[in-house]
Amino acid sequence: MTKTANIETQLIPVLETVSDPEIPVLSVLDLGVIREAIERDGMVQIKLTPTYSGCPAMDVIADDLKKAFSEIGKKAEVELVISPAWSTDWISEEGLKKMEEYGIARPLSESHDKDVLLGEKKMVKCPQCGSTNTHLVSQFGSTACKALFKCDDCHEPFDYFKCLK
Amino acid sequence: MKNQNLYNYILTIADNSLILAQRLGELCGHGPNLETDIALTNISLDLLGQTRSYYQYAAKISGEDKTEDDIAFLRIEREYKNCLLVEQPNTHFGYVIGRQFLFDVYHFMLMEKLQNSKDETLTAIAKKSIKEVSYHKRFSSDWIKRLGDGTEESNVKMQEAIDDLWRYTDELFLMTEAEKIMVKEGIGIDVSSFKEKYYEEVAEVLKDATLNVPENKYFTKGGKEGVHTEHMGYILADLQYMQRTYPNMTW
Repeated sequence: MTKTANIETQLIPVLETVSDPEIPVLSVLDLGVIREAIERDGMVQIKLTPTYSGCPAMDVIADDLKKAFSEIGKKAEVELVISPAWSTDWISEEGLKKMEEYGIARPLSESHDKDVLLGEKKMVKCPQCGSTNTHLVSQFGSTACKALFKCDDCHEPFDYFKCLK
Repeated sequence: MKNQNLYNYILTIADNSLILAQRLGELCGHGPNLETDIALTNISLDLLGQTRSYYQYAAKISGEDKTEDDIAFLRIEREYKNCLLVEQPNTHFGYVIGRQFLFDVYHFMLMEKLQNSKDETLTAIAKKSIKEVSYHKRFSSDWIKRLGDGTEESNVKMQEAIDDLWRYTDELFLMTEAEKIMVKEGIGIDVSSFKEKYYEEVAEVLKDATLNVPENKYFTKGGKEGVHTEHMGYILADLQYMQRTYPNMTW
């Protein structure tokens, strides 16, 4: 089981233009959902993995990938793979930074994630003011991958990207 | 069909997720508050995603010209293999949480074991699903405690739901023919092997929630064999409406 994605360098510029429709600042590469992208006999073959099983963004991403390659005159086929299962560890450091700038708190480590989701510790950093004086509003946020938090200093509600391992 | 037993086995697991997803989907826009509404539909979406993975696999091994949609929408009631628990109605919020909790504890244990199946696709689905199910279990256990150990009224209602739903728990551990054959082949999971552990874990949470563990020993069964409660027909009427009215329609 390999965790590193097999992506051919010449395909990266196109892949970078395709983003997650629910977190548009993240490209599919930042998110780590492209597990393989190779070109064989003029056909780009892509293996895509979902963040969550029911992630409704997957169909859109697959269509967007095909469209992006067709614009440069290439055909692409996208296969959905579920093994190995996606992990928040696959989000790139750059992706995490973009996410925070966008207003979504980055995932904590697995054990800290459990603590904050059980409301036992205050560790999630408010992406607006940087305070960790925040509390959990709901374990489920606007999408399956996020939980809803509120900052007790600046009082802004915000999304927290849940740790998935 | 060549792989009839594996096909049936996949549906035994998948139909639970489909029907519970449908039940939770009914609450979209009707949850007791916004956060809970979103949580329940998030859980519904996870279950539906898992269902799709199972049905796609079942369609593939069926050797027939079937799609995941045919399996979801075009079977008759007797062909659905979900347990009776998941088809029980959203009587009140206590029932929604009670049903979820009693299923989540089972679902988590099943996924834990299924990760070691000899079947690679089932293993992959289980590894993906267990991450989601652990969130579901945390959510429902949390609510059991909040309602059980909440006000006098929430305690009474939560107890009522647990008492009523208890009779459907034993069926989770009954094995169909397909399950027995799959266990022998190293693909299926012997669900009876974690029955004791299940009741222990459930009892622990109920006690934490200051709720009584029901002593009722009368249990109902049938869903896994396709013999459902009266509620199932209404669920399917809703679920299948579009495909039955406009055959082969797509989005």
